[in-house]
Amino acid sequence: MFNFSLKQLSGLLSAKKISSIELTGEFLKRLKTLNPGYNAFITINEETSLVQARAADAMIAAGQAHPLTGIPVAQKDIFCTKGWRTTCGSKMLSNFISPYDADVVERFNTVGAVNIGKTNMDEFAMGSSNETSFYGPVKNPWDITAVPGGSSGGSACAVAARMTPAATGTDTGGSIRQPAALCGISGIKPTYGLVSRYGMIAFASSLDQGGPMAKSAEDLALMLNVMAGFDVRDSTSLQREPEDYTRDLEKPLAGLRIGLPKEYFVKEINDDVARAVEAAIAEYRKLGATTVEVSLPATKLSVPVYYVLAPAEASSNLSRFDGVRYGYRAPDYIDLSDMYRKTRAQGFGAEVKRRILIGTYVLSHGYYDAYYIQAQKLRRLIAQDFIEAFKQCDIIMGPTSPTVAFDLGEKSSDPVQMYLSDAYTIAVNLAGLPGMSIPVGFGNKNRPVGLHLIGNYFAEAQMLNVAHQYQEATDWHVRMPVQLQT
Amino acid sequence: MQWEIVIGLEVHTQLSTQSKIFSGGSTAFGAVPNTQACAVDLALPGVLPVLNRGAVERAIKLGLAVGGKINSPSVFARKNYFYPDLPKGYQISQYELPVIDGGSVKIQVGHDGTECEKTIRLTRAHLEEDAGKSLHDDFHGMTGIDLNRAGTPLLEIVSEPDMRSSAEAVAYAKTLHSLVRWIGICDGNMQEGSFRCDANVSVRPFGSDKLGTRCEIKNLNSFRFLEKAINYEARRQIEIIEDGGTIQQQTRLYDSERDETRAMRSKEDAQDYRYFPDPDLLPLEISLQWVAKIKAAMPELPMHRRYRFMAADAAGLAALLQEHSSVAFEAGLDVPVGRDFYQLSAYDAAMLTADKDTADYFEQVMEVIGGKNAKLCANWVMGEVTSRLNRDDKDITASPVSAGQLAGLLLHINNGTISGKIAKEVFDAMWLGEYGGDAETIIKTKGLKQISDEGQIEKLVDEILSANPQQVADYRNGKEKAFNSLIGQVMKVSKGKANPAQVNEILKKKLME
Repeated sequence: MFNFSLKQLSGLLSAKKISSIELTGEFLKRLKTLNPGYNAFITINEETSLVQARAADAMIAAGQAHPLTGIPVAQKDIFCTKGWRTTCGSKMLSNFISPYDADVVERFNTVGAVNIGKTNMDEFAMGSSNETSFYGPVKNPWDITAVPGGSSGGSACAVAARMTPAATGTDTGGSIRQPAALCGISGIKPTYGLVSRYGMIAFASSLDQGGPMAKSAEDLALMLNVMAGFDVRDSTSLQREPEDYTRDLEKPLAGLRIGLPKEYFVKEINDDVARAVEAAIAEYRKLGATTVEVSLPATKLSVPVYYVLAPAEASSNLSRFDGVRYGYRAPDYIDLSDMYRKTRAQGFGAEVKRRILIGTYVLSHGYYDAYYIQAQKLRRLIAQDFIEAFKQCDIIMGPTSPTVAFDLGEKSSDPVQMYLSDAYTIAVNLAGLPGMSIPVGFGNKNRPVGLHLIGNYFAEAQMLNVAHQYQEATDWHVRMPVQLQT
Repeated sequence: MQWEIVIGLEVHTQLSTQSKIFSGGSTAFGAVPNTQACAVDLALPGVLPVLNRGAVERAIKLGLAVGGKINSPSVFARKNYFYPDLPKGYQISQYELPVIDGGSVKIQVGHDGTECEKTIRLTRAHLEEDAGKSLHDDFHGMTGIDLNRAGTPLLEIVSEPDMRSSAEAVAYAKTLHSLVRWIGICDGNMQEGSFRCDANVSVRPFGSDKLGTRCEIKNLNSFRFLEKAINYEARRQIEIIEDGGTIQQQTRLYDSERDETRAMRSKEDAQDYRYFPDPDLLPLEISLQWVAKIKAAMPELPMHRRYRFMAADAAGLAALLQEHSSVAFEAGLDVPVGRDFYQLSAYDAAMLTADKDTADYFEQVMEVIGGKNAKLCANWVMGEVTSRLNRDDKDITASPVSAGQLAGLLLHINNGTISGKIAKEVFDAMWLGEYGGDAETIIKTKGLKQISDEGQIEKLVDEILSANPQQVADYRNGKEKAFNSLIGQVMKVSKGKANPAQVNEILKKKLME
């Protein structure tokens, strides 16, 4: 049952073969057994989850069930959840009980999904390995000496270890796709503005986007049906007709034009990753797709552009964590500036401080034009590249990450190496495009490899179709670590 | 040496919206601390700003009223600094692209025959949010934070350094104060901080065209403090320069109790606010249709109304507008214009249109009395009504004598039922609310009707003449003074009711006999 798809679970629930109380109870039991070894969850709240499950059972009994009613979903601890501790992976919010629900959380509540717990993450979503979490690193279920990726490492691990059928994540520079790839699951970052950012604790506002993480494209489509939609409380939320993201899943792929950026298949990519990605593309050709080489020349600028813009926004977004109104405050201080200094010195971890410093620097008088303005101009060029490429192809593919999961501690002392591991995913956020990762095999040390799919704006349904067809033909997405097969 | 004072003002007007500029929190003043701060105002993790349309609409109104350029798009930027009453650690304001650029305001300067008009150019006006308040008393060494005010919409209106005296600065501030209330974008309540001025003051040798180093005096919340602070500051700067010193660019605070300004911070410790466009808010687009809709609903502007009060007809108004080339005229603002003309003096027209409520009151009275004798009506509104309102510290909208009631009184003056003197007595009774404040009833009940019956007045005159043979003789011997005394006595026995003109005439006639 832990390996069941959302559709299968939903079928069991609506056929009353199992109740949500039972289903939630089973997952909670598994979660409580496994979590100490993986550290995927920061907070669980069994009683509250079971209350929600009971309410879901009532909804089902009353014939008001939605496809996700009664199904456990884990929430990344970046989403404010009423009555739940919401930490964002930081000591700064270690005592913060949110008085309100994020739009995403509200949407899951409305359809009667069950919140099974809050997942671990890099502190304020800043990291690619989940090692910056104040609550300790998350372990990769395929190899506990490896990182799960980040920042949504807890969600990726929880789905990969089948502690939850599905989870939410957020993606600022790859934080859904990279951990999905490293943990062998599927994840999609929608077009910027599709999922409301209200109640999603901001890292870099112009790049942050919430999205689902699950075992398969089909599950992602069902999750996205709940998460996407206009929200008046988010001025960057897009006002569009609601879509059914499952609508194109079964479309055949004959005639699909896959763009392969020549800049993606270069020496930085490890052989094991390249092999798996090429095999996946070969599979697509078998499914009727054609490939065309495209070029994204400005993509090489993505990492430097990102590490100007994201820290700039973050330095301002994180100013509210000042110890005045909520969250952590240093116990001893002599005056106001001492309180600020100590609170922020003690409440934030090293990576967060590093990015606040970078961001403060690039916004400073005399540097703003040279860094921030320049980066904004390059950002437009990067987006322009994609627009040009999509004139030649329907979807772009490449590796999600240049390597498989690296070892815990391997890159944590070398931030630049860590930043480069997101080289492929970052450009997508800068362009505001939808991006996705699906498992396509294994590389070194039998660690998973992810295929990166980049779609045009609002092409989510098409991307899910492309991923689903592959998953119909292969079984990488249903594999799970041997030690977890119970 | 002769010194010239150069002043520019930055005025923060609190916009009269029900809710805050980026949240649904209430803007009502005086609530229990922190009861009007919602999740967005408190800057809880994850919350986002959503722009209040009403605040933008008010900014557009100001732009139209001053003939400024309404920018589309304009951009909201974050001004980053740490302070406990600034919940997000940044203020959302506008920096490089404000909602309004340029425009101007005309003020009346000089007095006693030297009155003239002066144009004060505006640099810009931008939308921003207010901060909360830090309360330092009553917390035993700690600071209390009240975030009720956090997120209140402000329109900061920045002038060019076009003023040359504290009197001009006050005239500008008053004109702007009247304008923002007139167009209904700000309640103008200075005690509650709805209208706050910062003054940039510098001095230079008369005739120089180079600006001196300026000091900014913060948070002047009354016209009197504005005037005194500028006077003090100019004196201070002149003394420093005359003593061979130089002015340091500073931000200063005015201490009203000691009537002096004090340094708050100097340019060296000026903060780097690290402005950048707020990624949570899209650039603000203002469509021409929206502007047109707001334009159509604008009230007649003060300038228009003033010249209409002076003009005899539409052609006269057009000529006056052209002559003074008012901002609204230049902008081709086709706001609705009232139809009535009063031919008042420039002074009367300016006084009556100093605020919209007074102008409305005047026109309501004129409407009831059929548009006749505007000068009399103007005198009453500016004289009796205004002085009593000032005495009782009341607003004209709360006047105990309504426009309709005053009209009732003026009708009796116009048709000669009562004299001007008696009218004041009647007005006193009306002010106190006697007989429901109805002039007619008061005149009847108190028997104050003017005696205009010739026979009756002749009788009174005869009485006085026969009782005062000596004064009659004096008058006939050329002592003019005696005449006034006789008139006074006739008026006295009539209890002031005799028609003074008739008394004058009849007395003269009798004395000639």
